[in-house]
Amino acid sequence: MSRYIARAAIRGANMIVGEAEQMVTSAVEDLGADTPVAFTNTAYYLPVILGFTGKEVTTLGQLPEVVDHAKKLLVDAPAKSLWLPYLGETLDAGAATLLAFEAMEGVRFARGQQPEPIQGLNLTGTSFTSPDSNGGARGDGGGFANGPIDDIQLRAWGIQLVDGRMPGFAAIVGAARSNEAAVSIVRELQKRNILVFLSGNVNGRSIIHQLMEEGVEMGYDTYIVPFGTDTISAIYALGFATRSALTFGGMTGGAVRDILLYNKYRVFAFVLALGEVDDLKYAAAAGAINYGFPVIADTLIPQILPTGVTTYEHVVSMPFDDIEGATDAEKARRMIQRCMEVRGVKVKITDVPIPVPYGSAFEGERVRKADLRVEFGGSKAHAFEYLRMVDTDQVEDGRITVVGPDFADLPEGGAMNLGIVIEVAGRKMQEDFEPVLERQVHYFVNGASGIQHVGQRDITWVRFSKGAVDKGFSIKNIGDILYARYHGEFGAIVDKVQVTLYTDPAEFEKWLGRARDAYQQRNVRLADMVDESVEEFYSCTLCQSFAPNHVCVVSPERLGLCGAYNWLDCKASYQINPTGPNQPIPKGIPLDKDLGIWQGSNAFAYQNTHQTVERVSLYSIMQDPMTACGCFECIAIIIPEANGVMVVSREDPSMTPAGMTFSTLAGVCGGGIQTPGMMGMGKYYLLSKKFISAEGGLKRVVWMSSFLKDTMAEDLKAVCEREGDPELLDKIADERYVTTVDELLPFLEEHGHPALAMESIL
Amino acid sequence: MPERMTADSAACEVLDYCEGTIETAFDRAVSVKPCAIGGRGICCRVCAMGPCRITGTTTRGVCGATAATIAARNFARSVAGGAAAHSDHGRGMAQTLVAVAKGEAQGYRIRDEVKLRSVAGYLGIKTDGRSVNDIALDVAETALAEFGKSSGEIAYLTRATPIRQEIWHKEKVAPRSVDREIVELMHRTSMGVDQDAEHILDQALCAALADGWGGSMLATDISDILFGTPTPLQAQVNLGVLKDDEVNIVLHGHEPTLSEMIVAASSDPELLDYAKSKGANGINLAGICCTANEVLMRHGISPAGNFLSQELAVATGAVEAMVVDVQCIMQALADVASRFHTKLITTSPKAKIEGAEHIEFDEHHAYDSAKNIVRTAIDNYPNRGATTKIPQTDEALVAGFSHEYIRYMQGGLYRGSFRPLNDAIAQGRIRGLAAVVGCNNARVAQDAPTVKIIRELIRNDVLVAVTGCAATGAAKYGFLRPEFMAEAGAGLREVCEAIGIPPVLHVGSCVDNSRILTILTECSTEGGLGDDVPALPAVGICPEYMSEKALAIGAYCAASGAYVLFGLPSPVGGSAEVVNIMLDGWMKRFGGGIELAPDSDELIMKALEHIDEKRRELNLTEYDPKRYGTSGDRTLEELFEDVDEAALGLYSVNHEPVKSEV
Repeated sequence: MSRYIARAAIRGANMIVGEAEQMVTSAVEDLGADTPVAFTNTAYYLPVILGFTGKEVTTLGQLPEVVDHAKKLLVDAPAKSLWLPYLGETLDAGAATLLAFEAMEGVRFARGQQPEPIQGLNLTGTSFTSPDSNGGARGDGGGFANGPIDDIQLRAWGIQLVDGRMPGFAAIVGAARSNEAAVSIVRELQKRNILVFLSGNVNGRSIIHQLMEEGVEMGYDTYIVPFGTDTISAIYALGFATRSALTFGGMTGGAVRDILLYNKYRVFAFVLALGEVDDLKYAAAAGAINYGFPVIADTLIPQILPTGVTTYEHVVSMPFDDIEGATDAEKARRMIQRCMEVRGVKVKITDVPIPVPYGSAFEGERVRKADLRVEFGGSKAHAFEYLRMVDTDQVEDGRITVVGPDFADLPEGGAMNLGIVIEVAGRKMQEDFEPVLERQVHYFVNGASGIQHVGQRDITWVRFSKGAVDKGFSIKNIGDILYARYHGEFGAIVDKVQVTLYTDPAEFEKWLGRARDAYQQRNVRLADMVDESVEEFYSCTLCQSFAPNHVCVVSPERLGLCGAYNWLDCKASYQINPTGPNQPIPKGIPLDKDLGIWQGSNAFAYQNTHQTVERVSLYSIMQDPMTACGCFECIAIIIPEANGVMVVSREDPSMTPAGMTFSTLAGVCGGGIQTPGMMGMGKYYLLSKKFISAEGGLKRVVWMSSFLKDTMAEDLKAVCEREGDPELLDKIADERYVTTVDELLPFLEEHGHPALAMESIL
Repeated sequence: MPERMTADSAACEVLDYCEGTIETAFDRAVSVKPCAIGGRGICCRVCAMGPCRITGTTTRGVCGATAATIAARNFARSVAGGAAAHSDHGRGMAQTLVAVAKGEAQGYRIRDEVKLRSVAGYLGIKTDGRSVNDIALDVAETALAEFGKSSGEIAYLTRATPIRQEIWHKEKVAPRSVDREIVELMHRTSMGVDQDAEHILDQALCAALADGWGGSMLATDISDILFGTPTPLQAQVNLGVLKDDEVNIVLHGHEPTLSEMIVAASSDPELLDYAKSKGANGINLAGICCTANEVLMRHGISPAGNFLSQELAVATGAVEAMVVDVQCIMQALADVASRFHTKLITTSPKAKIEGAEHIEFDEHHAYDSAKNIVRTAIDNYPNRGATTKIPQTDEALVAGFSHEYIRYMQGGLYRGSFRPLNDAIAQGRIRGLAAVVGCNNARVAQDAPTVKIIRELIRNDVLVAVTGCAATGAAKYGFLRPEFMAEAGAGLREVCEAIGIPPVLHVGSCVDNSRILTILTECSTEGGLGDDVPALPAVGICPEYMSEKALAIGAYCAASGAYVLFGLPSPVGGSAEVVNIMLDGWMKRFGGGIELAPDSDELIMKALEHIDEKRRELNLTEYDPKRYGTSGDRTLEELFEDVDEAALGLYSVNHEPVKSEV
């Protein structure tokens, strides 16, 4: 701290805690102590309060205690001379500020004043299957800030947060020096895949307004989340941080020191204070420093450079006008580079030579009909992508060819066919890696701003926006992207890459046929690959940076619970990085074939969970089920009354027969804890022959989120047939019919569900 | 003349006034010559065949004892005396806690339950679901047993690093109980027992460890439990804190039990009224020596001075009562007091002084005893002479740095740790740590070596912790003001500014040197600076040592792995062998040792050399005084000196105001 900052922060804290007290008192008077208080879709109550105090706040009546707690953390500001030490006191005042902020947001939720209305603000949504579907965290027509991030989104980002693709977040408070600077700041952060959280204002003007004026798309999909235009809404960033520790670190409410240290060491976040820093912002910044998040300001404030509370400097001042650079955009770029240094974020940026900005944060950008210049695939045309391994003399590295006409003659919004064929060669390349590499096309192409990619194989759908084409984006640029990214990411196995883009009708058809043959062969090969046919499984400890006691054991018939890593992916990853998070696990002696227990996988789990998990069975939910980190796609849990198992997906916010929503269930399932009767899993595990085969497989499933039924309809149908019960899917209840266990039993009886007649699951 | 005796201008002023009329220790230091042979540790008086002085051609005593044996025995017996003093203090605290827990101690209560619970944890006492008094009784009884138990080891040894504990066991110096090790030391150094210098000194280390990790640490902990763990507070220091128009009571000695009650009694409305009735405007407390530090750390009572100021305080003619208990109390006080109206009141059943009034303090009726003493002082107020000679010298200070607070100040309630300190050392913002501790000694100018050494150390970016009379000494020259960071090197200043601390931290009384053991252990376990105390770039310096307690402290610090420097000539200087054992021998076995050098410049040089050597061994960034110092308020304040704050641009350090677009 500096005395100047300490004085400001402690003043700010005293002021806001007083304000929170008044707000809470009058809310209790107006609405009653029993009025519920909750943030949207979270199992963590008011998360910062939960983290700091262990209190599970559900009603207004509990908030006065929280304010009292905050008051105890306050002291007077340090004197002008002969002052007493202030660092510890300022950090405590910061903590008090956060408690006050969250209590205030709790009251605002109770009064229906959150999320904050912001006229004209439309947010992009999250998962989607068509670019034309409507997004937005509230799911309605827009006009609101995002408010707190819900658990579903937190978990959806989980895998990226844990594998380092998303290094952390920048909590931006205030307003930038200019709109140009604002755009440049968020673009620089997007390029590095850093989540951008927006809040606060300077004299009423917020960076949210600046970005709206500049037409920057905000929402979950673009990694830019506008929390609100006051400083108080910055609490949602720290709620996100707290929940990261609770979700992925397996920590419990009240274990505040652990939660804060988890964030210091594992969450690469920082605060960017734009514009004048007032007492309240200093107080909030002091709260953030408790988490080990440094503060960088674009104005002249005292710097605090000694380290220890944060990993590097605490507070850094970069007076914006003094930053080198001809334009505000350039200055902003330099400022963000400094932010990266201060937080110690190491981000590898692959330089992709295309005329539009590039980075994973643009992956989620959609191209709406109104912005559409041209599309490939979709309902009016076809597109496919195909990656194959060829001999090294058949590849000319870096050669990118477009075979056929350009889209210049098409009208705006027109469609045409496109075949993307990637040929790679490399001494370490194997045919098995083809699908693994091919699946990257989606992420790679989507990284370009103004370009959208949906689907895979022969249901690929690519859109170019008018803006991107205006800047000069062409079909050939898809090749440039793929060339650069394959070398950047898979250089260890790929030596040479060439890309051919087919728009010529005859060539398109010819290559589509070849691609389909290859898809078919792969399907057969993958279907043949069973746990018994391989000598080794693979571990995935990618999440250990976040969930230190969790290990995924990935076998051909059971993919990682995040859905992002199957056995082949792990194998490829091991080839690429032999000392990385995916290590071969020699199966060793089978200890129980039905439960799926091997000596090798047990030994590996024991060693790599730091002696917390002794046995792990791959095929059972009841006996020694696999642990979970927190970024699972689905949760399976037994319903003893129905003698079966239910499976709820991350996308499903509804109540389940287990009496809990996904979010609440997830809270007790993650963190590397082994809980018989409950497990996290990837959704494709449902299709495996080994899906809880110890308990009878898919026939045990009595309830399943309709999202799964709908999006995997064909595949599930095939499994039902394989299991000898073609009508099974219809016998499984979902949230459209059943949300309680009392409703479940009659449904199952009515539909003649096989689980009722199976041997007791207990 | 007085300038050569003291660096303290207030002391000079009083000494000038005393010259020729009132004799003080400063005069006697001139008239009484130290014994050149005893001073080097080679006069043996342990049996009636002697005293044997090993000097000139004499190489052995009558029994054949060598210079090494004799010097080691003399040093060891001093350690025994010092350890006994601290530990008896600790025992007294434990006895008070027993009485408090049983509800038999009038006026006391448990002030720090958190500390009680953490101490209970160290002693293996269950706390869950138990009442405070139950826990306190167990803690007190377990603590009392530490002094005389017949099996096991000092419980607190487990608070040291694992490596340290292993070394103590390997070298057979792990103490079993306090009394036992002191008794064994006295036995082994009596006529015809242990006659191997190194072996004798091992037992000295063992008894010293029993003091540092036993008696002293318990004394500190129990004081915190009963009177509160110190946190920073402001006060004034030096003779100027005495007041012309109030009843001045000076508390002198060491144990906080009585002084705490006097602090309470001094604000008793009944006594305040009584003081008024005698024409005084209030009751003013001031401290001397370590009682001063105890009541300063917990109540902000201003110290009137350190050890050599005790007679001078009385000589101001403004002191109604000087209340003393044990340790470092000059017998001459009675004579000086007799020249004024001042009452010298002895209070401990262990200590009486001829010519003093004895009002025995009893912890079971503590508050009554305290009121009685305060009333006696008030009664004496009308006897004060028409003129007093209170020097108008005082200085502000910030004290109260318990190791708990030091942890807190580096991260607050939730993030407190030693990480920032270790980081600052590793990066070279802080070059190293020094504890500057100890007494005054009339053989050297009061405070002069202490302030010289501290000033030089902080200039060199060494963070300094002070205790005892060295702390009071440093305070008198403004070293404990946070503003004093301006005198520190740029890197240290930056750290001081980040936390808001002075570059010199007042850690407590001499018994609180145990806090320094805890701080060093915390630095070692925090990580990044090795895994045990000897690895740390840290030194202990005792520039003006006088009491046997200082030797006990030096010995326990050395056995705990610290390099300890003493000012003044060596008390074992008559035996090169013993000098060597205590430095090189102990360094090899314990990683710490004791070295004596009377010259302050030499002490500074040795301290910095040791710190830099340790930095090299840890492979830390080489210390560069110019590397840091760009952050903090200071840079802005300097900017404001050139230009009006309002004229500064928000977005630029340039002077033309730049209007924000937003």
